[in-house]
Amino acid sequence: MVRYISKRLGYMVLTLWVIVTITFFLMNSMPGNPITSQVKQLPAQVKENLMAEYGLDKPVSERYVMYVKNLLKGNMGDSFVTPGISANKYIHDRFPNSARIGLQAVFVGLAIGLTLGIIAGFKRNTGVDYFVIFIAILGVSIPSFVVAALLQKGLGGKAGLPIAGWYSQGDGFLNTIKFTILPTMALSFSSIATYARYMKTSVLDVISQDYIITAQAKGVSKVSIAWKHIIRNAILPIVTILGPQIASIITGSFVIERIFAIPGLGNAMIDSISAKDYNMIMGFTIFYSFLYIVSLLVVDILYTLIDPRIRLSGSKK
Amino acid sequence: MAELSKEKFQIIGCDNFNADAIVRPNMTYWQDAWRRLKKNKVAIFSLILLSAIIIMCVIGPWIGKLISGVDYTHQNIAITNQKPNSQYIFGTDNLGRDMFGRLWIGGRVSIAIGICGTLIEVTIGTLYGGISGYFGGLVDDIMMRIVEVLNSIPYMIIVILFAVVFDNQGIGSLLLALCITGWTGMARLIRGQVMQLKESEYVLAAQALGSDPKRIITKHLIPNTIGIIIIYMTFDIPGFIFSEAFLSFIGLGIQPPDTSWGAMCSFGQSVIDFYPHELFFPALAISLTMLSFNLLGDGLRDALDPKLRQ
Repeated sequence: MVRYISKRLGYMVLTLWVIVTITFFLMNSMPGNPITSQVKQLPAQVKENLMAEYGLDKPVSERYVMYVKNLLKGNMGDSFVTPGISANKYIHDRFPNSARIGLQAVFVGLAIGLTLGIIAGFKRNTGVDYFVIFIAILGVSIPSFVVAALLQKGLGGKAGLPIAGWYSQGDGFLNTIKFTILPTMALSFSSIATYARYMKTSVLDVISQDYIITAQAKGVSKVSIAWKHIIRNAILPIVTILGPQIASIITGSFVIERIFAIPGLGNAMIDSISAKDYNMIMGFTIFYSFLYIVSLLVVDILYTLIDPRIRLSGSKK
Repeated sequence: MAELSKEKFQIIGCDNFNADAIVRPNMTYWQDAWRRLKKNKVAIFSLILLSAIIIMCVIGPWIGKLISGVDYTHQNIAITNQKPNSQYIFGTDNLGRDMFGRLWIGGRVSIAIGICGTLIEVTIGTLYGGISGYFGGLVDDIMMRIVEVLNSIPYMIIVILFAVVFDNQGIGSLLLALCITGWTGMARLIRGQVMQLKESEYVLAAQALGSDPKRIITKHLIPNTIGIIIIYMTFDIPGFIFSEAFLSFIGLGIQPPDTSWGAMCSFGQSVIDFYPHELFFPALAISLTMLSFNLLGDGLRDALDPKLRQ
């Protein structure tokens, strides 16, 4: 186990280094330098001082070393556009909001999706089954921003649900939850569909196994078969699609945060893209990649922990 | 006891006795697949719907001009944001342009990106996976490590990064950004297939006859994975359309005056409270297209690769 994890950690560091390098050189290959547009009117001396301040007067290779050194210290760089704002500050202030929506969406998606999938698997060709098929079809064909817009139009402003916006610091938990309901629904919609579909297939797979017939022949009660034999075995393959699902939640958060005006990291990223704030884009890119890689690692370790059949040292996939 | 006389026996001959003749007409792989696909009503319905959408994308702008009397680029400030009516059957947008014509022009861009992107990805992925799977050993190890590293970069993040860098934002640079890491899934799939197939007798025969690896990969291994490639493509096209819509939504995709379904949705979403038709039609178009591609993909999977049938 230790060997496996340390190998994975090694790959993680390598991947991160590749990402940092690609990001840095891509951003620096752009014509002009990031502060050109801001300082056109300034006198030459001020311009030079600014360049020196941001280290832009040095060659790219030197800046790369400097950037990596700063990253190792945990410093992701300052904004070129808004003085006094750094990527670290934004992540610190805004990431908790994104994380809350994201985690809520993961849990809601898992809870509803798995329940629907299990029911559909047990009761084939009934109303629930057709409902799951219907939801699964909608889930793959309607883009999340359309779902969000429809939710906003259909439910926003009714039953005390705000159309958009976010709670202020220090609000009580119950007060904060109403702001998160619609975004969570919009973000988890496609996950619900995916989980339900996979869970149904997986349950159907397990139901036809010999050990289920054996258990039935021994006279094990139906509830016990369902819980101990079917669901526990069927839930294993679901862990493998958690990784791609995390990626889609990260992607989804960009549009969802935009539509519901949530002060999250996705929204901040879009703002810095439209402001062409390269340092911030770079910082957020690296942060998101880090987040994604760590969650992939956690999912993989989780999988090996709950499924003893998987060989740890062998090459996976 | 009846007497067996010679008259009771008769030579009937063996003229018609040809047991090894094939009674039913010979069927190729594709005819067989088409036969299976035809039985699947949902898949055929999606195929028809999809053809209708594609035909409309080709001729829609002209039809729009016939109905409304103006070109889809024609701006008219007097009639901005109109609800669907008899002249503008899908209404008009914020510059008074005909939504019907624009919808199909946007569809051209969306579907073109879907198809071209998928073709690029499939070409790169197939060759990469083919080489990696066929040679195995160290080559495979190195090539798959590269794929693993690329795969653990979140797709959308890298697409955004490249879209930011290629600032001119034509279809070409957008496609490049979308394809830059997307081919890894295809490469993995083909590698797995090729690793199975390379143990087949016909590969051994080809090797014995002295074919070089290039010929074996392109003439024997890849053609035998074509069914899986086609299935993958039908699921990949909607993925591209979706990604393009996403990029346009956050302002990195198609820029005005060009448009795509994603760009139209993005604008429509901002005015949904007042002019819901400006979101409704492009969103419906995207959803129907993605739906038909997905359902057609399901049908094709059953038809082309019966082993995968659930």
